[in-house]
Amino acid sequence: MRRLALAWLLCLPAARAAEAHPHMADDPLVWMLEVEELEHRRDGGAGDLHWDVVGWIGYDDNRLALRSEGERETGGPAENQLELLWWRPLSAWWDLVAGARYDSGPLDDRAYLAVGVQGLAPQWLHVEATGYLGDRGDWGVRLQADYDWLFTQRLVLAARAEGEWWSDSDDRLARGSGESAATLGLRLRYEIRREFAPYLGLEWKRSLGDSADLVRAAGDDVDSHRWVAGVGFWF
Amino acid sequence: MPDFLLALTRRQFVQGIAATALAGAAFRPRVLAAADAFDLTIGTMPVNITGRQRVANVVNGSLPAPLLTWREGEPVRIRVRNTLAEPTSIHWHGVIVPSAMDGVPGLSFPGIAPGEIFEYAFTPRQSGTYWYHSHSGFQEQLGLYGPLVILPREPEAPVAERDYVVMLSDWTDSNPARVLAKLKKEPDYYNYRQPTVGDFLRDARARGFSAALAESRAWGEMRMNRSDLADVGSSTYTYLMNGLSPAANWTGLFNPGERVRLRFVNAAAMTYFEVRLPGLEFTVIAADGQPVEPVSVEEFRIGPAETYDVVVTPKGDSAYTIFAQSADRGGYARGTLAPRTGLSAAVPATDRPVLLGLGDMGHGEHGDHGAHAGHAGHAMGGFQPRHAPAESGAGLDMRADAPRLALDDPGVGLRDNGRRVLTYAQLRSAFPDPDGREPARTIELHLTGHMGRYRWSFDGVRASEAAPVELVQGERLRFVLVNDTMMEHPVHLHGLWSDLEDEAGRFLVRKHTLSLRPGQYLRFRVLADALGRWALHCHLLLHMETGMFREVRVLEAPHA
Repeated sequence: MRRLALAWLLCLPAARAAEAHPHMADDPLVWMLEVEELEHRRDGGAGDLHWDVVGWIGYDDNRLALRSEGERETGGPAENQLELLWWRPLSAWWDLVAGARYDSGPLDDRAYLAVGVQGLAPQWLHVEATGYLGDRGDWGVRLQADYDWLFTQRLVLAARAEGEWWSDSDDRLARGSGESAATLGLRLRYEIRREFAPYLGLEWKRSLGDSADLVRAAGDDVDSHRWVAGVGFWF
Repeated sequence: MPDFLLALTRRQFVQGIAATALAGAAFRPRVLAAADAFDLTIGTMPVNITGRQRVANVVNGSLPAPLLTWREGEPVRIRVRNTLAEPTSIHWHGVIVPSAMDGVPGLSFPGIAPGEIFEYAFTPRQSGTYWYHSHSGFQEQLGLYGPLVILPREPEAPVAERDYVVMLSDWTDSNPARVLAKLKKEPDYYNYRQPTVGDFLRDARARGFSAALAESRAWGEMRMNRSDLADVGSSTYTYLMNGLSPAANWTGLFNPGERVRLRFVNAAAMTYFEVRLPGLEFTVIAADGQPVEPVSVEEFRIGPAETYDVVVTPKGDSAYTIFAQSADRGGYARGTLAPRTGLSAAVPATDRPVLLGLGDMGHGEHGDHGAHAGHAGHAMGGFQPRHAPAESGAGLDMRADAPRLALDDPGVGLRDNGRRVLTYAQLRSAFPDPDGREPARTIELHLTGHMGRYRWSFDGVRASEAAPVELVQGERLRFVLVNDTMMEHPVHLHGLWSDLEDEAGRFLVRKHTLSLRPGQYLRFRVLADALGRWALHCHLLLHMETGMFREVRVLEAPHA
């Protein structure tokens, strides 16, 4: 798959850079792997490990992007959402992404088609909005917005609001993944280097819709919060 | 310009180590004196500028490359041997040579392959201070640049008893390809002067909350970073004077009472410098090698590839610091003029960093915040830019709809700083318009780009996708350049002089590299007298490498 993706990328028109005319090589192949969040989350119990990773490789007008978000309860199985996306700029501030999402976990794996936009909204709000269509006819929408406050050139308070809404599906709820919820996180990071920043933070979560009913039925609180400690880094 | 200023929170720039592998404190550029044949060998050399050993690209084992001295009207032959493992080239910056001798791979010639020798042969038809550098990849950032002085055909009465080249440059221990990759991934990677919450609160205290919020929101609406004065800055650069770090302190000697000519060349890949010599004033006598009517100033801003010849007259028996701060105010290149070796003078602190004002962006509606009042006659009603159809979409983050000429504006950070700062309006060639004809047509080109995506272009079209600009041999035409970005760009046209026009459209000054501030436009005349394929590009190396480059073709006039 990876080799196939690379071969595909190398065929893109952006790879036209002619050796004979070095000044035409103005669109270099660039890649980035960014672990935005790799953190221990603690909400009274044993806690879990959570990750949020993005990566991309390509040129100015075409990239192959990867997003992975997941968690593993201490001593338990891992849940992971992996998205493989084609990325293309739409306008000055907005990009299109389209591809597939694959959820794996303790129960059966699920696949979705994914289409979305991401970009920089006015007032420096980084936004990601993605819609999903599942292989069993279920669909969902995920929104994420990030904002950074610089206290110094290295000490940054990062706010992240995330919301996920899913169509009614007992099957999905039974699986326990893809729940409808809204999350607000505040993480205070210190950039030892631009590429490496440990952080501490707090995250609030509220379950929504059917997911909330399920949480209530289990006798848990619809609202919860937890402390997080982790590190962000990129290459 | 808003009145509040950033706190100095960046990390201390690396001043370098005192004894470099290159030379001692009395280092002078190596001179290959007036001759008709030169042998230059391009290769690598270990250097230690910051305390860490790195490999530079050099000519004849020297960083900067040796000073070449030619004489106007006398043919020269330069044999350039490439011992690098990759192709190389030498471009004679500002020297009008036949197209095949101009040294731009892909336009002039294929480049010089590893192990090959290329012989340049031409006759310089001009005199003055110029420089030469590699036009291949990132070699210029790695040290492949040197000064070039062409003596006038007839010896002139000397303007000074001492004559020194002062070559400014920027050095990074990082691989330049990695520097570009960092900018592609995180465009503010090297910017440690970004507005903080504290800056906002200080601004609110100084000007009131609503004014501070309005300004902050205006920048947020544009999604432009007003601290973005240098893509690559002092967080990675050490600034060099004649190849020496500030700690190594390049020194030029004088005897009390002597006049000293300093030939400033900005050979930096990405750095604008603000140059002064505390205690002395500069008499500027040449710009880009060409004589200008002498003008007396205390400071000048010099963009990459520009040159200024100045004369100073040190008083008495004391030392003076030549101080060239980077435009991001994070560091400086420094040297000394001294009556004896070993002397030095106080080194001033860098000026406080500044932020761009809304009035700097060429949008018109925001006004000037009063900082630039009095520079009249260039704002409203005059020039209407014509944005090309491709100036939209993903490759552009800004367009200047009301660009200003403002030749008499010293630029952000230098307005009303208490010193007399050189502006283009003060530069007047010491000769009349060499052509005299009115330009018969006008070509308008816009400098465009997207800082966040780190892509650069002319008229929204990158080099690899652009058609050449076609000129007809012998025509006199006018170029209008409009800066649609928030960065300052030094634009260099190869092979043909750029004759800058003043506000009334008259010939002002002949240059080879014209610097445009954000939201500025410039008009210059060109005589297309040299057949062939030429380069027109931004001389910020990483902007050129990511697309702010055009081919200009001078074609034979069709026979009647």
